[in-house]
Amino acid sequence: MRKYTPKDNVQKKSYYTDRYWVAPRVPREAVEEGTHFAEVVEKMKDFVKESYIEVGQLVIHIDAKENFEAIKTLKEECGYAQCSEQSAVDYLAQDGEFELFYQFLNINEAKRVRIVCRIKQGEAIESIVPLFNSANFAEREMYDMFGIKVNNHPFLKRIIMPDDWEGHPLLKTYPLQGDEFASWYEVDKIFGKEYRDIIGPENRDPARIDRYDTKRFSRVGYEVPFGADISEGEKENPIEYSETVLVDYNKDSGKQLDHRR
Amino acid sequence: MAQHQVNYASAAGLPIALTSVDKLVNWGRSNSLWPLTYGLACCAIEMMAAGASRYDFDRMGTIFRASPRQADVMILAGTLSKKHAEFARRLYDQMTEPKWVISMGSCANTGGMFNTYATVQGVDRIVPVDIYLPGCAPRPETLQYALMMLQKKIRKESANMKNNTKQNLRLV
Repeated sequence: MRKYTPKDNVQKKSYYTDRYWVAPRVPREAVEEGTHFAEVVEKMKDFVKESYIEVGQLVIHIDAKENFEAIKTLKEECGYAQCSEQSAVDYLAQDGEFELFYQFLNINEAKRVRIVCRIKQGEAIESIVPLFNSANFAEREMYDMFGIKVNNHPFLKRIIMPDDWEGHPLLKTYPLQGDEFASWYEVDKIFGKEYRDIIGPENRDPARIDRYDTKRFSRVGYEVPFGADISEGEKENPIEYSETVLVDYNKDSGKQLDHRR
Repeated sequence: MAQHQVNYASAAGLPIALTSVDKLVNWGRSNSLWPLTYGLACCAIEMMAAGASRYDFDRMGTIFRASPRQADVMILAGTLSKKHAEFARRLYDQMTEPKWVISMGSCANTGGMFNTYATVQGVDRIVPVDIYLPGCAPRPETLQYALMMLQKKIRKESANMKNNTKQNLRLV
């Protein structure tokens, strides 16, 4: 006999899952001998933890503590003179870590290299601004969006969000429509907290219609004067959306089995 | 406005025109609405087109002013981010009375498609709005129409702004 599994939670799962489905991945190719990338890996051999080629680009995994030295070697010995992008990816839920990446371009060889390293939440990374000025704003953005501190950065300050903002919006745990702080930000800042009651919460429903508001909405069926009160004593009824609720109609009449037949 | 033109023949040869103070003041106000040169996003491109020679706001007496001290109308043209809300309100406060606000486009009206943490969900949360102009982005003709509706509204109002009730009193 098969082992019994409880069936009461079955609706929470999807009806059909393909057992043989594999998430598509970009193929990772080995670095071939004699190529330009093989030379780069050879020069970087003190730092490389893992290296492969993805979509024609060399990817090198390094230790986060050695990032400055590794990138210095890449710049000075391998000719990667341009840092085109630097940021992070939030893998906190999956691995409890951030993945930081640096994207470099060698203009003479027309080749690109990505340096990847991982840090835990709360850990800091060394700034590469002394090597690449273009990393200045990128590191500030990473600090703003993920809260990753950068050591020895000349001016580590929020770059996109306001200076007095709370939270780091690109974290996977940050709600898309904002938290409590975000939803009242402009009201608190301009008018003060005591105006929250007067102005009211944000309306996040773009199709909301206030049926008794004859100033902003027209009455369907018959026309009424602008601003007239058409509620006829009825209280204002905020629109609420119903959720589909599974009702067990036979809860009392049906016979409950205490074991599976 | 034709009734303010002096017809010397019908006024017994005298240069006299009769009107009320309200009408005279509002005639002046509505025919020289100067908006603030202030664009937030892509709606501002349409606003610029409305101001340029093809659509020509100038023929309505509407000339963009570079200072809020000289402006009567604030056209909030585009997405207002929460970071910028403070400055939009400051510019509104710097404008001299009487002043009006046109909320141009879906983003300014309701936040539009930016249902996110960083966008103000309707500029009426920070300034009192007179005209809500729908569209994404509204064409220059639509902005002209909105301006004409605002002129109409001003002509109906009392010249003494204290007698006028705004829809959105809480933010006046």
